[in-house]
Amino acid sequence: MVVGKSVKRVDAFDKVTGRTKYTDDLCDRSAYVAKVLHSTIAHGKVLSVDTTEAEKIDGVIKIVTCFDVPKNYFPTAGHPWSTDESHQDVADRLLLTDIVRFYGDDVAAVIAENEVAAAQAIKAIKVEYEEYPFVLDVQEAMSDSAPLLHERFPNNILAHTSQSVGNYEEAIKEEGLIKFDNWYDTPTVQHCHIENHICYASEENGRITVVTSTQIPHIVRRVVGQALGVDWGKIRVIKPYIGGGFGNKQDVLYEPLCAYLSTVVGGRLVKLDSSREETFVCQRVRHAIRSHIITYARPDGTFVARKLETFSNQGAYASHGHSVGAKGMGCFKQLYPCENVEAECYTVFTNRPVAGAMRGYGIPQAMFAVESQIDDIAKALGMTPLEIREKNLMPVGYTDDFSKNVNYFDSFNQCIEKGKKYIDYDRKLKEYKNQSGDIRKGIGMAVFWYNTAVWPISLESSSSRMVLNQDGSIQIQLGETEIGQGADTAFAQMAADAVGLTLDKVNVVSCQDTDITPFGTGAYASRQTYVGGLTIKQTGELLKQRILDYAQKLSGVSCEELDIVDNIIIKKADNSTVMTVADLAVTALYSLEDSRHITAETTFQIKSNAYSFGCCFADVEVDIRACKVKILDIINVHDCGTLINPALAEAQVHGGMSMGIGYALSEQEIFDAKTGRTLNNNLLDYKLSTFMDHPHLEAQFVENAEPTSAFGTKALGEPPTCPVAPAIRNAVLNATGVAINRIPMTPHVLFEEFKNHGLL
Amino acid sequence: MYDIKALYEAKSVEDAINLRIAHPDAQILAGGSDVLVQIREGKRAGKELISIYMLDEIRGVSLDENGAIRIGSLTSFSHITKNEIIQKYINVLGEAVDMVGSPQIRNIGTIGGNTCNGVTSADSASTLFALDALVELTGKDGKRIIPISDFYIKAGTVDIHPDEIQTAIIIPKEKYIGYHGHYIKYAMREALDITTTGCSVNVKLSEDKKTFLDVRIAYGVAGPIPMRAKTAEEFIKGKAVTKENIKEFSLQVMGDINPRDSWRASKAFRQHLATELAQRAITECITLAGGEI
Repeated sequence: MVVGKSVKRVDAFDKVTGRTKYTDDLCDRSAYVAKVLHSTIAHGKVLSVDTTEAEKIDGVIKIVTCFDVPKNYFPTAGHPWSTDESHQDVADRLLLTDIVRFYGDDVAAVIAENEVAAAQAIKAIKVEYEEYPFVLDVQEAMSDSAPLLHERFPNNILAHTSQSVGNYEEAIKEEGLIKFDNWYDTPTVQHCHIENHICYASEENGRITVVTSTQIPHIVRRVVGQALGVDWGKIRVIKPYIGGGFGNKQDVLYEPLCAYLSTVVGGRLVKLDSSREETFVCQRVRHAIRSHIITYARPDGTFVARKLETFSNQGAYASHGHSVGAKGMGCFKQLYPCENVEAECYTVFTNRPVAGAMRGYGIPQAMFAVESQIDDIAKALGMTPLEIREKNLMPVGYTDDFSKNVNYFDSFNQCIEKGKKYIDYDRKLKEYKNQSGDIRKGIGMAVFWYNTAVWPISLESSSSRMVLNQDGSIQIQLGETEIGQGADTAFAQMAADAVGLTLDKVNVVSCQDTDITPFGTGAYASRQTYVGGLTIKQTGELLKQRILDYAQKLSGVSCEELDIVDNIIIKKADNSTVMTVADLAVTALYSLEDSRHITAETTFQIKSNAYSFGCCFADVEVDIRACKVKILDIINVHDCGTLINPALAEAQVHGGMSMGIGYALSEQEIFDAKTGRTLNNNLLDYKLSTFMDHPHLEAQFVENAEPTSAFGTKALGEPPTCPVAPAIRNAVLNATGVAINRIPMTPHVLFEEFKNHGLL
Repeated sequence: MYDIKALYEAKSVEDAINLRIAHPDAQILAGGSDVLVQIREGKRAGKELISIYMLDEIRGVSLDENGAIRIGSLTSFSHITKNEIIQKYINVLGEAVDMVGSPQIRNIGTIGGNTCNGVTSADSASTLFALDALVELTGKDGKRIIPISDFYIKAGTVDIHPDEIQTAIIIPKEKYIGYHGHYIKYAMREALDITTTGCSVNVKLSEDKKTFLDVRIAYGVAGPIPMRAKTAEEFIKGKAVTKENIKEFSLQVMGDINPRDSWRASKAFRQHLATELAQRAITECITLAGGEI
């Protein structure tokens, strides 16, 4: 058995030696280079595009403008398609647009023989605009006087949904309740995967092939078809290894444009490689969400009624749209169940870069607001942060009426117990009381809510194929994708156990090719191991059955009495060897009597998802006069069910914590109020934290096997990012007494806050 | 792929000077950690380049007969940090340039390039101002040596004649003997960052360590170019080493500096930092000098 062991990643050697091929490594050097001309205004209409000078530049092949492209509006979200029209993603994008909705929108594209010619041509194109007023703030965008981005969405509201439990208005009439009324703001941040988005496309025999750095090859195929107005089967999408995605590549980015550009140059190979600057502005960002929470509590800390309003800044186009804010809203009534809850969520267009999926999908924003207020309430009521959570957190046995998710285990308390012990919480909480002076320490924590996969909102199914080779090894293929997280290794471990093979006998076909790979919707919603595991188990068992059927034929022993253990077919009764899988396989393929190609392929549809819970504890030191927070120690504890590969799980948590630290302290896109331009779209001015900014990142686990999962596993990809920012914020509150209700808590913010509170 | 019109590789300082005369519009290229980035951004795209990177004759650190420290302009940051002469006499400079960018940048970036860029945030610059360093420029008529404060003209502009290249940075003996220096780079993260405000201080204490004989304090990003806070320096000279005097010294700085509001940081925050860093840096210098506070 290899599930549960920290085996080496199946792709480790090639990745550390530089042998692994990524999209750009694979692209033939004969490719034309495409570059996109981006708008230099935030909102307006393109009146004309003058390409005269640009076309004279040596090496320029063709220039395509917003006036040349077909008007097929298409959606971009990496969601499974809905056959119900009312549930389909909003189709509001064009390949290039004459109505510009953010600073950096796509107006024209140049195809050239090389990068330099393409860049020179971009500079030489002259665009004439009619400028419209623009709006960047989410609540301003909802006002009647705000400029309208999309005609069919009045007040720029893409969607507005609400939830209600009990009777809030009646409940708040109870005498003696204490009201807490707070606003919390989270920033626009970007994924900052190492490999910028890149794709290349060519056309042959009437079919277009797109090779792309994506998390969702089968979805890209569908959207390229929609955008170009061609049958989906005419599109072939190939996904090689990718240098990270974190949700940005859970969206269709420049694949449709690149495919189209190939068609206008006779099917020639065209490459479109985005720069880091473009990645920050012209792709996807995390929704900045403003939350307003009102809690009515009794003096003993019992929550009587709660209200949430959130305003999710969608940016200029719908992309993943309302599903992100709605997910955040969905957890509100669940995490601290209370008899009277009202929640509503607005998703609103603004002239900012487009927000889409990003690790955590609305939950890091929700956790910052919710977990910050919990500590504010605890402080005001004279309770400890743990006391108030103990009183109100989701109990064991809680069932969500919508998703039918069940909280089977006491995960919260078990995780909190581990975190507390590691960081020496109780002692520090006492020690850090009543500090004065310029340097103060603080301890803080936060929990998080997350659910695995997207059921019942969307389809959850996964397909896999296994093929037996002559030597008794297998290939396994899935539509689910390796995006750096280690999915291939987890798949190999699960497949080995499902069939009865050792790990070295399992070859994962990492690359997805929509012509060849079984259908699957890709990497998102922290679902790969959960949904992939279900189909791997099912296909593995079918393959095993087919091997044993043939073994019965060869050996005369009933297949009911046989099993496969470590590549050997054995009799269950006495563990005696019947034959090796390798011997069987070679016979099966070359038998003159009964030749068989032993394969299996199945689809598993899961109509469930699973809660994944945990917490973060942070110990910080605040240098008040320097306006800086230093993290002394930090731990995340997760119950993601059974660990498939503990070392890889730990690595997932480290990455997520790092992202959470940046979210808490330093990362944000800054927009120029005068022009709407993103001012810091580079890795110098966008303060992604470096490992010099981190202490040791401690990751621990509680392993309650998830009952709905084939291997007892559930979400871990996104959850590590969710609790970190509020834990750090609460530690700063503990250290200084200052409740900071916006992130990132940069020195600039701390300077203002400390001044306002008389600390400076 | 970079948009470069032509690249001329200089074989000697003399050759570099001739290339400059022959190609007056060409940009000098040393380590390339700034120039190549600017070409990629399109700012210097399509230009001719004169590379002086192979000129070992202007690389390395030495002590001349008068005890002046001579740093060849092509000396990389990491070589400066690890150099024994630097470590022994002006460790503050080695520490300051060790805060530039990342290890890769410090291996390729040069002190000459850092100063010739003319930017106020250069990590070497404020320390060189605090050391009263001299800049050596070599042209067709020979060498010219000027104070670093004269070398910086305005943001992005330094005093290099069309036939010159910068060949050395010189720190005269009397400027470092008996002094102890400390540099604080205040930035938003611990690595790979541009300085929000930089403060470099050099202190010379009396023999009993109770009086400031001399203090030099310089800032990066407190104005368009690196600058000294002369009012504060004058104030503290001859004063006793006390907390009160240090506090007053840090407030006096405000009369000298001129930070501005930008999206990178507000003027108020930079002013706050300037006083805070002045106190922290001078306090550290006193400790290094064996004094107590």
